[in-house]
Amino acid sequence: MNLRQITSLIFIIGLGLLLGAVLKTLAYDITVGMTILDIAPTEVGTANIVTSVLLAYRGLDTLGELTILFVAATAAGMVLGQRRPDAPFEPDAGFILRTAADLLFPFMIILGVYIILHGHLTPGGGFQGGAILAAAFFVPILASPASRLNHKMSSTIEGLAGVAFIIIGLVALFDKGDFLAPLFGTGEVGQLFSAGSLPLLYLAVGLKVGAELAGLLARLQETEVSD
Amino acid sequence: MLFWIALISLIVMLGAAFAVLFLQHYLAATAAVSVVSLALSVLFVVLQAPDVALAEAAVGAGISSVILALTLRRVGLWKIETKDRTDNESTSNN
Repeated sequence: MNLRQITSLIFIIGLGLLLGAVLKTLAYDITVGMTILDIAPTEVGTANIVTSVLLAYRGLDTLGELTILFVAATAAGMVLGQRRPDAPFEPDAGFILRTAADLLFPFMIILGVYIILHGHLTPGGGFQGGAILAAAFFVPILASPASRLNHKMSSTIEGLAGVAFIIIGLVALFDKGDFLAPLFGTGEVGQLFSAGSLPLLYLAVGLKVGAELAGLLARLQETEVSD
Repeated sequence: MLFWIALISLIVMLGAAFAVLFLQHYLAATAAVSVVSLALSVLFVVLQAPDVALAEAAVGAGISSVILALTLRRVGLWKIETKDRTDNESTSNN
């Protein structure tokens, strides 16, 4: 057996043990979900219960998710995103594709921003809206490969959004005693300006995810084709 | 009605997943992966999970398929034929 087979075998055994342990010990406590369904609108003030779980009750998990996404995007960009300075760009797409990309751009921006800002009211939120924003910035690059994304700008937005998320959490830590606890009261359920600091957190998440994915896609696109 | 939508999306998912295994062209297999995610997002809507459906449609069907396709291009398994196109352009300009 070579090293690769041994590694695969160890991985499969570990995965099996993990799944067995989970199935053996996990008690499916559905009362937690029912309780959150009952108290979330009055306690957090979101019309979309999923958002109250993601940002209020499990805010730290969302921070972990952002960290994982950041590490994965950085690693993929480092491994795959290297570019020879003299590598040629692919030619532009035809007239129809370029015009369609220019036409689509504002509508995709509006859709992404809408989904981010209404994350506490309707389905969707920072991650989904951020992915749409990234696609909006990537479609024009796909249509004309020689045009470049401003990487300095996207990195700055990404970093500032990540810092804003943690700063909001730290303010909550000093104000309420819990990291990432909702601030500013609940407001009136169903209004755009409600649910306290959750829309701000989702805006930070959306900008961070959007800038990150757009940067990763553009870096992958700028590389040359290996033979 | 909902039962039939769920059944159809399940069949589409299974068909696309098998197509990934049997398709010869890498880019076609990537498109089939995207179809699996798209049918799965329809199934999530039927199961009343619109948040997950949005994430699956945006990330699973959109971004991750593009990343897969760009990676194929980077490692040289998918070539964009530029020679024919430049030939056509030069003839059309003349």
